Amino acid sequence: MINMAKAEHILKCQQAAAEIRRDIIEMAYAAGNLGAHLGGSLSMAEILAALYIGTAKFDRNNLEWEERDRIILSKGHAALAFYPALAQAEILEKDELHTFKKNGSRLSGHPSLNGLPGIEYASGSLGQGLSLGVGVCLALRKKNNLSSRVFVLMGDGECDEGSVWEAAASASHFQLNQLVAIIDRNHIQYDGETSRVMSMEPMPEKWKSFGWDAQEVDGHNTGALLDAYGIKGSKPLAIIADTVKGKGISFMEGNCRFHNSRLSEAQYQQAVAELGDGL
Amino acid sequence: MIEVTPKNTRIWSRLGPSGALGIAALELAETSPDMVMLTADLSFFSGLERFKERYPDRLYNFGIAEQNMVGAAGGLAKEGFLPFVSTYASFATSRCADQVRVNMSYMKLPIKLIGLTSGFGAGILGATHMSIEDIAVMRSLPNITVISPADGTEIIKCMLAAAGSEEPTYIRLTGAMNTPVIYKEDYDFQIGKSVELISGNEVCMVATGSMVYESLEAAKLLNEKGISCSVINMHTIKPLDSEMLDKVIHSHNLIVTVEEHSEVGGLGGAVAEYMVAHHFDVRLEIIGIKDFFPHAGDYRYQLEQSGLTAYQICERIEKLL
Repeated sequence: MINMAKAEHILKCQQAAAEIRRDIIEMAYAAGNLGAHLGGSLSMAEILAALYIGTAKFDRNNLEWEERDRIILSKGHAALAFYPALAQAEILEKDELHTFKKNGSRLSGHPSLNGLPGIEYASGSLGQGLSLGVGVCLALRKKNNLSSRVFVLMGDGECDEGSVWEAAASASHFQLNQLVAIIDRNHIQYDGETSRVMSMEPMPEKWKSFGWDAQEVDGHNTGALLDAYGIKGSKPLAIIADTVKGKGISFMEGNCRFHNSRLSEAQYQQAVAELGDGL
Repeated sequence: MIEVTPKNTRIWSRLGPSGALGIAALELAETSPDMVMLTADLSFFSGLERFKERYPDRLYNFGIAEQNMVGAAGGLAKEGFLPFVSTYASFATSRCADQVRVNMSYMKLPIKLIGLTSGFGAGILGATHMSIEDIAVMRSLPNITVISPADGTEIIKCMLAAAGSEEPTYIRLTGAMNTPVIYKEDYDFQIGKSVELISGNEVCMVATGSMVYESLEAAKLLNEKGISCSVINMHTIKPLDSEMLDKVIHSHNLIVTVEEHSEVGGLGGAVAEYMVAHHFDVRLEIIGIKDFFPHAGDYRYQLEQSGLTAYQICERIEKLL
């Protein structure tokens, strides 16, 4: 028998993911010739929706609440998905999304500590978020806060960075079981397929060999993501979310040209039509 | 509570910069409940053996992985802790430059980064372990305070001061074991406030770190030749003490900066930038390490190769007059 509450929860996440995708297209089109990191943002819609809707603990009226879960966007170029997710979580006013990448906007191309609510850390230089997560987990333990979890959102291309593996080794060494790395495994980086640019296969075995639990999951299945986020064990947890770069827009799916790209009017119209109004 | 007495200053001098660091860490553990120490397989080398024994849960050893250590310090700092991070200066700054840039400079997370054996302190190990560019690297990054203490006492005092400041701070340790004592008695140490150690009216040496002692010795030699010298301990390179600079630029004919650092971008560069911007018509000489990697060798040999002994500094200044 399907748990109705869970089914509703999954539906809410799917709705949020659909909204995030529509926002991504609107924001990218509004950014005009500045372009936007479309591919790796569209791939994260469900990952972010399932995290912010019903998984992560936070208090939108007290964002510094000690018991909150910490969310660190290590793949900062997915700001284009992150800001709409913050809007879905009602941490950020949706009206502000259209300022993305505008001069003087708080919604810069990569998150910055410029007063925007819900941003714990600035990012943009890849391979650094997991180390921050290690430090946060050490701090939480010292504060005897053993309930908060620390989610670090990373890219699969980002895992090329050596500092990721320094952090991974230290997380298991320090037994940081409050740490969760969510890897958006969309299989494409700037220059092409990850397997061709720099293969990090086998990805789950790499994390396991560094002393982590590793869970592979369909990164577009919100139910599966919610289940994965619920796993709590004695080790740090790597959730390897298998996704499609550019998910949801036919001409962007699996196309590395849309890693960071502008949208023409025709492309914008087609993308809007493909996404429609529903899920 | 630490007391600055002639006896203690002698002990701290004998222990060398790492020993002084260890003493300061023990003091900070008592006075700053949020203070934690981070090291990259250098707890022994950083003089932290006693700290480790006494406060095992406040020392994090990250292994030989400096970039991760600096990033983790960022997380600890954001969560309200006071992380002091130490490793060889060249690894703390150049190797981790991007982590330093993002965490300390861009996000202004109040990490206190300590560069061990800067300059030639580990020069016997070759150029990989020399740090002749760290002032240039660190002072070019916004929002970071850069301090280079002159002796063991000043190491302790600047670490205590850094703990009381909200600013991301880099502390550059120079000199070998048995560091010469500059301060035998207690004095007022303030970040950004230099100290006039000798007052003269012809040549003003503005020195930092290990070169404060060599400059004091050079001043003695010059005095014997009838040349009146001032010596300023410019322990804080950023923010630069412009008030002191204004004063000495007006009252001397020649300003000489002296540092165990490259002549490119260090204290000399900082003073030159200030003087150019303020159009002072006073001559400036920058004494530091020439733009090259010196051969490995012991500490005095390194100083001699670079013309940084008191006698060589004296000779160079004499030729300018």
